[in-house]
Amino acid sequence: MTPNAEDFVLRLYVAGQTPKCMRAFANLKRICEQYLTDRYRIEMIDLMKDPALARGDQILAVPTLVRRMPEPVKKIIGDLSNTQRVLAGLEVSLGTA
Amino acid sequence: MQHSQPTPARGRAIRKAPTGVQGLDEITDGGLPLGRPTLICGGAGSGKTLLATSFLVYGAEKFGEPGVLMTFEENGEEIASDVASLGFDLPGLVAAGKLFIDYVRIERSEIEETGEYDLEGLFVRLDHAIRATGAKRVVLDTIESLFSGLDNANILRAELRRLFRWLKDKGLTAVITAERGEGTLTRQGLEEYVSDAVILLDHRVSEQVSTRRLRVVKYRGSHHGTNEYPFLIDRNGLTVLPVTSLGLKHEASDERISSGVRELDQMLGGRGYFRGSTVLVSGTAGTGKTSLAAHFVDAACRRGERVLYFLFEESAHQLVRNMRSIGIDLQPWIDTGVLQFRAERPSRAGLESHLASIYQEVRDFRPSVTVVDAVTNLLNVGSQHDVGAMLMRVIDYLKVSGVTGLFSSLTSANSSYEETEAGISSLMDTWIVLTIDEIDRERQRTLRILKSRGMAHSNRVHEFALTDSGLRITDGRMTS
Repeated sequence: MTPNAEDFVLRLYVAGQTPKCMRAFANLKRICEQYLTDRYRIEMIDLMKDPALARGDQILAVPTLVRRMPEPVKKIIGDLSNTQRVLAGLEVSLGTA
Repeated sequence: MQHSQPTPARGRAIRKAPTGVQGLDEITDGGLPLGRPTLICGGAGSGKTLLATSFLVYGAEKFGEPGVLMTFEENGEEIASDVASLGFDLPGLVAAGKLFIDYVRIERSEIEETGEYDLEGLFVRLDHAIRATGAKRVVLDTIESLFSGLDNANILRAELRRLFRWLKDKGLTAVITAERGEGTLTRQGLEEYVSDAVILLDHRVSEQVSTRRLRVVKYRGSHHGTNEYPFLIDRNGLTVLPVTSLGLKHEASDERISSGVRELDQMLGGRGYFRGSTVLVSGTAGTGKTSLAAHFVDAACRRGERVLYFLFEESAHQLVRNMRSIGIDLQPWIDTGVLQFRAERPSRAGLESHLASIYQEVRDFRPSVTVVDAVTNLLNVGSQHDVGAMLMRVIDYLKVSGVTGLFSSLTSANSSYEETEAGISSLMDTWIVLTIDEIDRERQRTLRILKSRGMAHSNRVHEFALTDSGLRITDGRMTS
């Protein structure tokens, strides 16, 4: 898939396979499939394996979802259990979905 | 439990990490609790960041303990430039691998919260920084900022509790700074979590004179001074002025040194002042206080001893010129470096600054004689009570260092010397009063020893003259 300007490039920071992190990934996957079909890409970063990466994106809380594209950068922290808030945080307008 | 060195008198004396901050290690009996967190709280601009940074810099430079500075309010460059004026080279320490600075920025506007989270990211970053440098010391400045960046206070509190325990488990000596709250030590009640040691900083400005004070509010398991100690921030870093007399540890010397005036030595039990004692010379303007000091200085320099002379009323040049008129030439001593002058305007700095600078100069120059001319100039920059307390610290410091101190005191013409010297004279070992009177159109000068501890001394009023070969005491009047 070749990314274009409309695409969502998302990065999910986790720290090991904790229930919270697993839940966040499952929630994210579900929301993306439903509302951003074919318009998203998810990168997973496990800070337990790559601790140095936490500084770059100013990660503090885990899990943190970073919307790298489209700009500006947005962050959503937590297990992403509230779909409406995730969509609001990602600035996905439901009308155009 | 870590095995600690057996200490004879106290069985469970806790181990300390020295801060390297002048004075603070004396107050805390050795430093901050080793391997435990310490809370430093105070209002904005009270010096929290500077104190915390000093702890890291000295740790890395003097004690071979690398450190991590996790900063939440200013970035690394800002902090580096803030402390550069204290002579701290943060970029240099970072480059040498002795310091790791991580700036944690929380932009509330770009963060949405949904569901459960923890602060594992913070732990990961801290852990990474600690491993990268082999850190033994950690500073979190000011971690409370998290509360304005994140909504869920319950999670934050639980995570901070976990963080402090984590630091303790790792055996790190940590400093956590926090803003002072209304009626509480910190805004977020961090004192509940960090209970081993709490230091409170305070910065007040009254009558345009700024004073900084430090107090150890709490120190579990350790003896510590409980007073408010003034401290100073200048090019030498941070200096806390302790009351060293807590234990009156200095030993009184039996050695005697000449006042520089033979007759006066005779009056002082035949042998002059005690070494390491303090001498007060008071009198109205023009009575010869500085001349008496100059004799003392000259005599010390002749013995090859170093002399540090603080003067507030005139320049060193002026003083040297004036003393030549009574046959004392101090210039050669200046040239060879045994005599150093520090001329300062009393109004330019606060009381703390003056006394701290006396303290620092004495520490650095290590004189055997110090003159403060005139100590009354300091009265104008602080209340009588403050001056007394501060002076006591300086005198204690001189005594502990074995330095003989001569303080001149200007008595105002329309008040008695008892009034001017209230609070000062009791600190002095020897008190000499000079007077000048106009009698039969002739100036008559007198000298009297009001007290001199530990020696038999003259109780008479002696006349003296300032001649071109110095101060000459005559035994004119026999009664007092």
